Amino acid sequence: MTDILYPISIEVNGVMREAHVPARLSLVDWLREELRLTGTHVGCEHGICGACSILFDGEPIRSCLLYAVQASGHRVMTVEGLAKADGSPSALQDSFCEAHALQCGYCTPGMLIAAQSLLNTTSHPTDVQIRDAIGGNLCRCTGYQQIVDAVRDAARRLAEEAK
Amino acid sequence: MLRREGDAVKIIAGGQSLVPMMAMRLVRPAWLLDVNEIDALKFIEAGGGGVRIGACTRQAVIERDHGLAARVPMLRQALAWVGHVQTRNRGTIGGSLAHADPAAELPLVARVLDATLTLRSTRGTRSVDADEFFTGPMTTAIAPDECLHEIHWPVWPEQRTGSAFTEISVRHGDFALVAAGAQVALDDAGRCVRATFGLGGVGQTPLAFPGLAARLVGTPLEDALVQEVASAVAAELEPGGDLHATAAYRKHLAAVLASRVIRAARDQARSRA
Repeated sequence: MTDILYPISIEVNGVMREAHVPARLSLVDWLREELRLTGTHVGCEHGICGACSILFDGEPIRSCLLYAVQASGHRVMTVEGLAKADGSPSALQDSFCEAHALQCGYCTPGMLIAAQSLLNTTSHPTDVQIRDAIGGNLCRCTGYQQIVDAVRDAARRLAEEAK
Repeated sequence: MLRREGDAVKIIAGGQSLVPMMAMRLVRPAWLLDVNEIDALKFIEAGGGGVRIGACTRQAVIERDHGLAARVPMLRQALAWVGHVQTRNRGTIGGSLAHADPAAELPLVARVLDATLTLRSTRGTRSVDADEFFTGPMTTAIAPDECLHEIHWPVWPEQRTGSAFTEISVRHGDFALVAAGAQVALDDAGRCVRATFGLGGVGQTPLAFPGLAARLVGTPLEDALVQEVASAVAAELEPGGDLHATAAYRKHLAAVLASRVIRAARDQARSRA
């Protein structure tokens, strides 16, 4: 069964990617090992830690709980897709640097995806909304406060840029 | 395919419980039958004294549906406790019910509100009430060749209806140590005309207590009576103890949370003139 390959066609960070994959290959393993998009991290591999969060058709999901074949015909954005068109960091990524919102960095791609998803729909998030949005992402370094600070700061920057 | 392969097949919807169980090698299905692309399983439709929800409707879609929140408010109240944004975006209502974790929120809501679940197979279609659907921990009345198709949620016609859901868990988004849901309806004089409540995490399945709820009907739901009923509930229970909570603590929580949700539902109903 595992040696059968199935054709998939997935839009990843705006680019159509086609491949043949085994049925039980997880989406995150395909992203990392086939596409070499290693920004998305694999933590617990059973949907607890949030490190593998990606945007799937614009909504944050855990890419370790989805098989690559299930993503065929859908749109995926990974942390690599967050940067500005010229490759410089987005407002959110910049705020993470400024606020020291990462230490070891393992949870960071998932945090960025979760936070970006919030900012996409909520221009002035409260701290409660920020904590709720990143509630599915574990961080063992920062104690979360700097991450909340960074997301709040990014929201402020984005609001100023929009003026 | 389900008829041919039976137990070798697992239906996969959101995969938020099944894939972790596969990752931990707790289940090793030979086949996964993916229903995610079947649009006919994704709908929310009012009618027939209730709301019908397709089994593959995402939890996040249910949470955001304002019309549904007005008709069956306990679903949104409970979903606030279910997992996290990322899991609710994939997780489905049917998946959570079919998984039937005794501490999960949606099975408890189904039990408290007497939801009816429609199962389909090549043999035909049948409906099962929630009290007969959940038969044990992670065990339901779904036969190996059947698929959960839709869930019917009764809507109470009384104008002065209130509902509430709460739980205590180690971390928000985790499974509940104990969860509680209640719904009551009052007449113009503030007397209870209808009541239901239930608890999760304290038995083999989510539990409802129609006998005790009947004691609330006809009363103004004064605090003392609610407290008495909640204590009587706890006395009936024999919860298990584990690393996270002893049996005695779960029993204590059962009484506290039952009382809390009945009072909250009552207060909400009272606020509706």
